[in-house]
Amino acid sequence: MADERYTEDHEWVRVEGAIAVCGISNYAQEQLGDVVFVELPEVGRVVAANDEIAVVESVKAASDIYAPISGEVVAVNDAVEGDPELVNRDATGEGWLFKIKVDDASEAEKLMDESSYEDYVTGLDE
Amino acid sequence: MAEPSPDTPLAETPLAGLHARLGGKMVPFAGYSMPVQYKLGILKEHQHTRAAAGLFDVSHMGQASLSGPGAPEFLETLCPGDIAGLGIGRMRYTVLLNGDGGIIDDLMVLRQADNAFHLVVNAACKAQDFAHIEAHLPAGLTFTSRPERALIALQGPKAAETLATLAPGVERLDFMQGAHASIDGVDTLVTRSGYTGEDGYELSCANGEVETLAERLLAFDAVEPIGLGARDSLRLEAGLCLYGHDIDTTTSPIEAGLTWIIPKARRTADAGYPGATRIAREIADGPSRRRVGIRPEGRAIAREGAAILSPEGERIGAVTSGGFGPSAEGPVAMGYVPPAHAKVGTPLLLAVRGKQHPAAVVKMPFVPHRFYRGQ
Repeated sequence: MADERYTEDHEWVRVEGAIAVCGISNYAQEQLGDVVFVELPEVGRVVAANDEIAVVESVKAASDIYAPISGEVVAVNDAVEGDPELVNRDATGEGWLFKIKVDDASEAEKLMDESSYEDYVTGLDE
Repeated sequence: MAEPSPDTPLAETPLAGLHARLGGKMVPFAGYSMPVQYKLGILKEHQHTRAAAGLFDVSHMGQASLSGPGAPEFLETLCPGDIAGLGIGRMRYTVLLNGDGGIIDDLMVLRQADNAFHLVVNAACKAQDFAHIEAHLPAGLTFTSRPERALIALQGPKAAETLATLAPGVERLDFMQGAHASIDGVDTLVTRSGYTGEDGYELSCANGEVETLAERLLAFDAVEPIGLGARDSLRLEAGLCLYGHDIDTTTSPIEAGLTWIIPKARRTADAGYPGATRIAREIADGPSRRRVGIRPEGRAIAREGAAILSPEGERIGAVTSGGFGPSAEGPVAMGYVPPAHAKVGTPLLLAVRGKQHPAAVVKMPFVPHRFYRGQ
């Protein structure tokens, strides 16, 4: 199982064979606060990296989520639709949002690894 | 109202140091640096206020004193409310109107003596409100802005028992009644009022003493500090208007569903306040739009600016406030629609991110008021 890769927009992606599991980072859920609604993409939708794909809403605001990688949506996490706070409780685990069957798994390698992402968000907070 | 330019340095309330110590997440609001939330987060702060007691810093709001012979009659030349009939120690919610019957601001008026009033207006409007009042002030009356006073609110079902342990007697105040009390030695103007739909108090005291008072209240287990985020979701669920969003200089009190603030005797075109002609006409003929409560059927949140559509898809209005209601356990909104669509139960559509979501007009408040109405 590979480690998570991160986008500058705070999505994470974990490529497991041909399938990329995607969600928002722990930093993103902390910034958003209590998540109260998640709008997920339709299964079967074909997306390019950086396409708007989902919406995560907290009490404060709605936040667009972008596809971290290109491919076809093959699954969405129904559990977070019923219990949006899962995103707050376990952003990179049970709070995953959707799975993409990737066109090119090497796309993920262009994204930040965990330590680069940590440096990136530290920079944002300063 | 005019927003300060981004270059203007933000003002701070006398509780800025306390907000920092409590981990308040500060944001610009009406020219002030204010806490949008503390460590609990908006959702839990909201729920805590409904379950126990929340402490809010509302020192950014404008306080003022008006006194002199004829002060009640003067206020009635600016506001459509019954001010002359207000008992001493009683408070009333009213509005300042412009010549077109549009709302310049909404405010609280407390009668402290026959000819003395304490006023509380919105932070973003205070400069204009005070200039407006001074421009119309007759000789012999004194109007004084009170920037040396801070204001905090203690709201929730445990507010009364908590405050009464420090100031016995405050539990006997009626809703919308005020009195001076010494709270742990701090001279405080206490009113039983608020902006959450819950029982509670607003406490006005000297800037130099408010931190002592706030910390004394926060020492109770029942009391948590609450930021502007929860203040907004609480007042939205209570169906209360937010100035600059749900009401402004283009909306009349009749359109806004505030006819109740105008006594019957003052609903005529010759009632002697600005815009009385429009008020009388709208009461007689009905306004062209009305503020209504809206409940979306699904979970999608329609926020301010979202289009309101008829079931046939015609745009008929816009959401003026909308969000997730933690106690309503779902999205809630308010907005303006033509009277033909304003009846409770009328189906509507809300446009959110290009999709149309079914919704319906509902009665407000979304969460029942629990103001103190006596034992």
